[in-house]
Amino acid sequence: MIGQALDRRDGTFKVTGRAAYSYERQDAGQAAHGYMVGAAVAKGRIVAIDVAMARRAPGVALVMTHQDVAPQGARDGTVAEQFARPWPVLIGDEVAFFGQPVALVVADTFEQARAAAALVVVTYATDAGAFDLAAHRGEAYTPKMAAAGFPADTCFGDLDRAMADTPVNVDVTYTTPHHFAQPMEPAACLASWNGDDLAVCVSVQGIAACRNALARTLLIAPERVHVDAAFVGGGFGSKLRLHEETVLAALASRRLQRPVKVAHTRRQVFNIAGHGPEMIHRVRLAARRDGTLLGIGHDVNMQGARREEYVEQAATVLRSLYAAPHRLTRHRVTNLDLNLGEAVRGPGEAPGLLAVESAMDELAIALDLDPIELRIRNEPDLDPERRVSFSGRRLVECMREGASRFGWAARPRRPASRREGDVLVGFGMSASIRACFQGATAAIVRMEPDGRVIVKSDMTDIGTGTLTILAQVAAGALNVPIAGVSVQLARSDLPVSAGSGGSWGASNTCNAVYRACDDLRRKVMGPASLWGREADLASEVARRFPDGVEGEGILPGMQDDPNYKEYSVNTYGANFAEVGVDVTTGEVRLRRMLGVFCAGRIVNPKTARSQVIGGMIWGVGAALHEAAHVDPRYGNFVNGDLAEYLVPVHADIPAIDAIMLDDFDDKANPLGIKGVGELGICGSGAAVANAVFNATGIRVRDFPITIEKLLPGLPVR
Amino acid sequence: MRAFTYERATSPADAAEAVVRKPGAKFIAGGTNLLDLMKLQIETPTHLVDVNRLGLDAIEPTPEGGLRIGALVRNTDLASDARVRKDYAVLSRALLSGASGQLRNKATTAGNLLQRTRCPYFYETALPCNKRAPGSGCAAIGGLTRNHAVLGASDACIATHPSDMAVAMRVLDATIETVSPDGTRRAIPIADLHRLPGNEPQNDTTLSMGELIVSVTLPRPIGGVHVYRKVRDRASYAFATVSIAAVLVFDRDRVVRGRLAFGGVAHKPWRVEAAEAEVGRGAEAVAEVVLSGATTTEHNAFKLPLVRRTLAATMTDAAKG
Repeated sequence: MIGQALDRRDGTFKVTGRAAYSYERQDAGQAAHGYMVGAAVAKGRIVAIDVAMARRAPGVALVMTHQDVAPQGARDGTVAEQFARPWPVLIGDEVAFFGQPVALVVADTFEQARAAAALVVVTYATDAGAFDLAAHRGEAYTPKMAAAGFPADTCFGDLDRAMADTPVNVDVTYTTPHHFAQPMEPAACLASWNGDDLAVCVSVQGIAACRNALARTLLIAPERVHVDAAFVGGGFGSKLRLHEETVLAALASRRLQRPVKVAHTRRQVFNIAGHGPEMIHRVRLAARRDGTLLGIGHDVNMQGARREEYVEQAATVLRSLYAAPHRLTRHRVTNLDLNLGEAVRGPGEAPGLLAVESAMDELAIALDLDPIELRIRNEPDLDPERRVSFSGRRLVECMREGASRFGWAARPRRPASRREGDVLVGFGMSASIRACFQGATAAIVRMEPDGRVIVKSDMTDIGTGTLTILAQVAAGALNVPIAGVSVQLARSDLPVSAGSGGSWGASNTCNAVYRACDDLRRKVMGPASLWGREADLASEVARRFPDGVEGEGILPGMQDDPNYKEYSVNTYGANFAEVGVDVTTGEVRLRRMLGVFCAGRIVNPKTARSQVIGGMIWGVGAALHEAAHVDPRYGNFVNGDLAEYLVPVHADIPAIDAIMLDDFDDKANPLGIKGVGELGICGSGAAVANAVFNATGIRVRDFPITIEKLLPGLPVR
Repeated sequence: MRAFTYERATSPADAAEAVVRKPGAKFIAGGTNLLDLMKLQIETPTHLVDVNRLGLDAIEPTPEGGLRIGALVRNTDLASDARVRKDYAVLSRALLSGASGQLRNKATTAGNLLQRTRCPYFYETALPCNKRAPGSGCAAIGGLTRNHAVLGASDACIATHPSDMAVAMRVLDATIETVSPDGTRRAIPIADLHRLPGNEPQNDTTLSMGELIVSVTLPRPIGGVHVYRKVRDRASYAFATVSIAAVLVFDRDRVVRGRLAFGGVAHKPWRVEAAEAEVGRGAEAVAEVVLSGATTTEHNAFKLPLVRRTLAATMTDAAKG
């Protein structure tokens, strides 16, 4: 079953409207509707908050503010697991960012709550804030660590010396803007209490983290929190952490002793859902004339927020990518009066590789060398910083395979040299790498006497295909028809997984399920039985286990798995893009795109392809469209809706294809599979940006590449 | 959204009368813009008068050889009408360059003319905006102004009109027919429908309270090559950075007559008839007149070269057919 391109099990439910998302769930009975009031200033203090009018409005059951909110656990950056940290709300009169929830209005209907929310009168004492990264970049500090356990800085040899000594070098600064994940389903929670027990239907990526964070916030035992995330309409990092809507729904429900639900409106997504923070990247590459790199450097200065540290691991992308004796990678953080940054699909790699892989293209131009050849000449034998072997590194093969399929040899050799009518045509490529993670994960597989199989895990399916691939793994491992395998996910009464995020959900949970199947088989067939006599399993269960039988499987976290110490485990890829640039207007349109990826064994080629193509499209957006702009006077995200915050639409994505190399990484895990959820976005934007340079001869280092940045450099027609 | 009452009008005159009867009442047709604005409390009507069933949904020939377009003709239907495609292609092309298929199915001809600006400060109710809250100030001035006006702006407002259709209507010299609450009818040349912001940016148009658009009439076809060139940040579903509606008449490959209107540059579709006298002298001469008096910011200064370049390309491409 592993390797079959099966349709998603939940596909029909989703496209026929039968998949009930958190806000649509009816199982708690008729819920009251909460609506959040956002701060109208970015920095300051609430001097007065008048809720009298709102309280009197039709249907209103509750108006909650910092003056009457229940005590909660304090923010605590020392809780090791970032996503399980408390997230207290309405905790005082201080406003730390524009749109910060300052009140919750609960009413019988959504419309009543929203209308009453507009009647809450808040008076602020406004302080001058700092909102502009470039203006305040000099105030950056050095963090202790970057996110995901990476060191903040690494240094080998002497990069400055290498820069001085090499004949060809690149020293360039790129900027990547604030990004929002913008899942189709904005974050939402339906909360209801039964005595001391809280049940939440909530839109999250990880059940256990949500449960622990909520328990820490509400000052109750985790066992009292019951989490259910049956259907989640996309996450992309924005639902890793607990957010205001969930805590407010739980607090209001407890006060009112009735179910309460709260969701982000799309405009609130721009204020409350965490953004990938703006960054300034300095990339330095020092090379010999033959293209051999002697030095590489990546300095990232990013926006931070004072109330909690988030250091997106953007300067880690070079650490395992290219060989060079002199190396320097550093993260710096500039605290501004904006919301806290959070993971947005491909945190680290998405902005980091956009900058680094664009700079590599600049070096290839300076050397007059094929950018693929430049990368091949700097392919490392060992992980250059960790000094361990790579597992399953087939980056060169990805580039060669892609070059052949894409027709790279027919690319315009000189920039701005190919024109079709009024369209300048360019090709670009980039390399991709993404570190693999492994999180402790448990699963149970149960076989009933009638042969039916039930897979149990608190793993979520946030639109990725988890439900489908876990059924494939169990059906294959137990040699039973897949129709007889049901999969129960995303509830806190199920075995704890590491959740969806960081591209690890498939590899973690598939392996835990596989081990649970193994355990089940041993229980039924005895320790001597390994993998034979498949047909007998169900009949043995029927004969000897009238109550059914369960197997348990556990995959340890990477810190407890020697392979992750002894090997550098990553996924790889190469992206190729062809763009057309209107010579008159500077409008850039993608013409075609190909990605070739090496990501271990592919459990389901159909769902995997959807993941990587989706990621590649995010790369197109990062290169050409996406940016959340902050007004430096007010501190608000100005273009706060999907009419003004542009992402690619169908017409922007013509021919796009993804090839997965036939692969198996025996160092990654027993099934040899690695994650694909973020691989597509890694570097793909740089392929598009490099194609724009190839088309126009104009290097735009301030993403996204929009009309006004190209216009001054375009030829008179 | 504030609570509101609702009624369905039975005739155009009734509708106009109903809107003045209740203070704070508004018409609703497709609702593609109004409902969004109501949800954000940018529009706060107390009462909605639904004009969807007034039967104003026909496209008919006029005795003068033109076309009368009912106010409620949906954008999709107008764009796909064979007569529009043949004789007023610039209009069809402008319509199809706007919004998405779903929105065009719902949006009406009159509603498209009356859609409100996409200035992000108009949308952010926490910040001042003279268009949304007269007298409160303009947060856009001194802010992020990439999409803002370069022509005809005032110290009170630098917003642009977002319609593509209206730019094509302007170049076609459309006439807007209305009925007032007292039953009187009038015809307004499209040039006079939309206003410049001046000191009253809250008034997008010259329509008076309760005045209902019942139809838009296009004069007799004028021939020529019809072009709508929309420059935008993505291939679909984006407002114009700048746009040009052009009807050009050629003698072999030399343009001898032409009409040009510009979108994305001002509070109204921008047309300078005096500039059209220059078409024989080339795009640069035309642009010189069109853009005279332009004022720009650091963020939107690119619109001037963009208009010049796009105009030149439009005229050259049209000559090739």
